[in-house]
Amino acid sequence: MKKFGIKGVVATGIGTALFVVLTQVQIPLVIVPNTALQVRAALLAFMSAVYGPWVGLIMGFLGHALGDALFYGSVWWSWVFPDAVFGLIVGLFVKKYAITEGGFAVKQIVTFNIVQVVANAIAWILVAPVLDIVIYAEPANKVFAQGALAFVANVIIIAILGTLLGVAYSKIGARSSSLKKEN
Amino acid sequence: MGTKLLTYEKKDTWIDALCGVTKLVFFLCWSITSMMTYDTRILALMLVLSLIIFKVSKTRWDQVGTVFKFILFFLCINVIAIFLFSPNQGSIIYGSSTPIFTLTSRYVVTIEQLFYELNIILKYFTIVPSVFIFIVTTNPSEFAASLNRIGISYNIGYSISLALRYIPDVQDDFRKIKNAQMARGIEMSDKGKFMDRIKHTAAIIFPLVFTSMGRIDTISNAMELRGFGKHKKRTWYMARKLQRNDYIVLIVSILFMVVALGITYADGSRFYNPFL
Repeated sequence: MKKFGIKGVVATGIGTALFVVLTQVQIPLVIVPNTALQVRAALLAFMSAVYGPWVGLIMGFLGHALGDALFYGSVWWSWVFPDAVFGLIVGLFVKKYAITEGGFAVKQIVTFNIVQVVANAIAWILVAPVLDIVIYAEPANKVFAQGALAFVANVIIIAILGTLLGVAYSKIGARSSSLKKEN
Repeated sequence: MGTKLLTYEKKDTWIDALCGVTKLVFFLCWSITSMMTYDTRILALMLVLSLIIFKVSKTRWDQVGTVFKFILFFLCINVIAIFLFSPNQGSIIYGSSTPIFTLTSRYVVTIEQLFYELNIILKYFTIVPSVFIFIVTTNPSEFAASLNRIGISYNIGYSISLALRYIPDVQDDFRKIKNAQMARGIEMSDKGKFMDRIKHTAAIIFPLVFTSMGRIDTISNAMELRGFGKHKKRTWYMARKLQRNDYIVLIVSILFMVVALGITYADGSRFYNPFL
């Protein structure tokens, strides 16, 4: 696991700022009313995949809490923690994606998407509803329905935008691969 | 991006003069109490108190009005959703059922359900003013300093500092990129097919994320050159010493939380049951 160094501090800070700003950018799902694809979820997946678990964890937590507080004036804690869990899980496999090394090809893309689906399932079908019930004593069937909806929406947006971000950044931002070690 | 964010504004009140760490501790105690308790008496008391504090802090309506309407909207959706999904939740919790009128065989409105949903509404309303007050009266730089004070690593404090510092900049970038893309003829309104909308959003997100990635490199280089993170501790320019008022507020907040939770759990349940 990478240490939470200077780069981590800055990536978390800027990532959180981006996450907060993107809170407002949502693409409504045509099929189900009142649900939207959260573009910020794709950002969180991408940042975690580039910078690792610590950045993912802290950025998910801070970004969600700050974004909610600044835009909606209330912090729904049971939905803050799942984002942190999601960032952590995606970030754990940072070495496997090889985005910064410029190696985000078919195999890595498949890995990234498997991880994001599993992480989303844990975060939104397990953590969020359970916390909703424990903290807020909300009806179980309601919170599981909400969680499942959030799961589907996040999987879709991350599969599309998250993957594209990874591919593009792997091409543009890959600097280490252009240098070869001299023998 | 027309929505107004809540922002800090300097005012000459005693609440403003409190240390960031005091306000943070108050906010945490208040949130925890409001999350844990379903005791209607305590929630009602908290609502009255938060309205008084709101008044004392001299927060103006136009600072928070837009956001407040948002919250009301979500609150309504949530309350209706709870009824649709679980019209008997109240009866399950309070162990009795007193029907008022019947909509369909599944949807019978009971006093217990109304009371349960009233508690949820109260919970919203006790938490909202405290968030408002916390955000509009706390200087962001001092906030980072105060997180460090309560034992959170200064790396994380610095991340928050950076985030708060760069939110306006990123928002500005966002606006510029959006305008530039619109000038190039990319449709940004709510019209268009689903895949088209994703493509158009990507047209903003990509430049925005990649300029930010560049920014991350620049800032971390600058911080590295200045030796950030070399020592275990650091001092904060904005940090302030705790004053008499700070100690009073700290003690009162913690006492309030303990007493409120004590009363809530006195009968072994977090719910106050008037139907017994």
